[in-house]
Amino acid sequence: MQATQIEVNQIRKDFPILLRRINGKPLVYFDNASTTQKPSSVITSISEYYTTYNANIHRAVYQIAEEATNAFETTRDKVSSFINAHSREEIIFTRNTTESINLVAYSWGRKNVGRGDTIILSELEHHSNIVPWQILCQERGAQIKYLNIDKDGNLDLSELESCMSNNNVKLISLSHMSNAIGNIIPIKYIVKIAHSFGIPIFVDGAQSVPHLKTDVIDIDCDFLAFSGHKMLGPTGVGVLYAKKNILEEMNPFIGGGDMIKEVHKYETNYNDLPHKFEGGTPNIADVIGFGKALDYLNKIGIENIRRHEIELTKYALEEMSNLKNIQLYGSPDPYQRGGIISFNIGDIHPHDLATILNEEAIAIRSGHHCAQVLMEKLEVAATSRASFYIYNTIEEINIFINALRKAMRLFRL
Amino acid sequence: MSDDIYREIILDHYRNPRNKGKMTDADVVIHDSNPLCGDQIDIYLKVKDGDIDDIKFDGRGCAISQASASMLTEMILKKPLTLAKDISKEDILENIGLTNLGPARIKCALLSLKVLKMGMVKYYEDKEPVTAEKLEKDSNLY
Repeated sequence: MQATQIEVNQIRKDFPILLRRINGKPLVYFDNASTTQKPSSVITSISEYYTTYNANIHRAVYQIAEEATNAFETTRDKVSSFINAHSREEIIFTRNTTESINLVAYSWGRKNVGRGDTIILSELEHHSNIVPWQILCQERGAQIKYLNIDKDGNLDLSELESCMSNNNVKLISLSHMSNAIGNIIPIKYIVKIAHSFGIPIFVDGAQSVPHLKTDVIDIDCDFLAFSGHKMLGPTGVGVLYAKKNILEEMNPFIGGGDMIKEVHKYETNYNDLPHKFEGGTPNIADVIGFGKALDYLNKIGIENIRRHEIELTKYALEEMSNLKNIQLYGSPDPYQRGGIISFNIGDIHPHDLATILNEEAIAIRSGHHCAQVLMEKLEVAATSRASFYIYNTIEEINIFINALRKAMRLFRL
Repeated sequence: MSDDIYREIILDHYRNPRNKGKMTDADVVIHDSNPLCGDQIDIYLKVKDGDIDDIKFDGRGCAISQASASMLTEMILKKPLTLAKDISKEDILENIGLTNLGPARIKCALLSLKVLKMGMVKYYEDKEPVTAEKLEKDSNLY
């Protein structure tokens, strides 16, 4: 069946920020890997909560508190079905992907990782999927091993089995899609191998969940983390998914209100899942907003979003490869990568390029993208990065290409 | 505006930096980086009779940070330390001709000055602790 094309011009009307003009020109927002823009439905749901039913959740019995609890918990159901979790108890709200990873490194890691153990990462990882494990390993006398990548940023899978069979591996933690160069790793295959060695796997889905259909039962990962703000939701809402039996075994992360059943002078009975991991008043308004973001994504369909991004990426890669002195990073195959394009042109430093593009109202990212291990591997200090989402268009890519040509002229390239 | 930033003189200093390299017999070596963008600058100073007898910078970064460092070394080579001590951020921005940079890019332009000021604090710490303390207070550029 031919799926419906997404109606980008219709979609754009739902994003008020796209009416902004910078330097008199319409904003071209190409920094979606960092954070995405928000549709009106998300924005208004937040003010609606504060305006009409602001109350703390889970405790009070009066009406607006029940409305708030209901709206908050409805988002948990939406998240659960969005990633096809077995149950809502497997969905923990955090602040962001980083906090989700830290939660597991702290609660699961301190219980399961000891002296001489190993955690496997890859050279593609974002700092947030490196530093928490370094902290854990330093504390426990464990070590990190990295899966290598080739020149196109693809994981070298030949060493996978030997890496897993040695070294007392306790966990593998990998990003499904690289935030810096967009490469998608064959996560299902890796999970299968890991499980054949009895090793659990953590998937950093910060970049993949907003753009690729994610089914945790199909992938069979043990943990998955992602952030609402990279998928049309507000900042301050992250998700940790973990298999129920694992969560039950884990100790709490943050102690306090809401995560308890009974507190006595010297001991506490912890609350049931998922509340055991949600100490303190959560980010109620933004979780409600995130629910609206999921509604929006469901309405468009994640497969349609993916198809649109492949089209944009394909076109951008073709046009960019015609430019003189351009270096493109990551897989050349648009089906093996997300809508993230990292590049350098001649000796123009990414910050200079981003400044010049800003003159044309184009927002791109420049720098190391919190992936310095990868940058070292690619032997660059920094790259420029353009990343797309549902509201971006071919016309915007043309504006972008013209701006790159202008930068080349300014630098006499 | 980017036509104003990326003038011939900035590109010239970016591509042909003056006084760039390392120094083995420096009196002071100081390093700093901008965590936001990864720009890095090392400055090597050699002091003789109260003058900056030699200065070298090394590093990597954008055209603004590298050109600014290159121009700074030209500004103070063979000049008295006391003069270098008093250079302000306005002096730097005027010297490189970029007086209306935004808050993100101004850090690129001022990184080398920050490193120089840190180097001078280090140099004065042994000799004149009072001056060093004052310098440290003044050198809060950002």
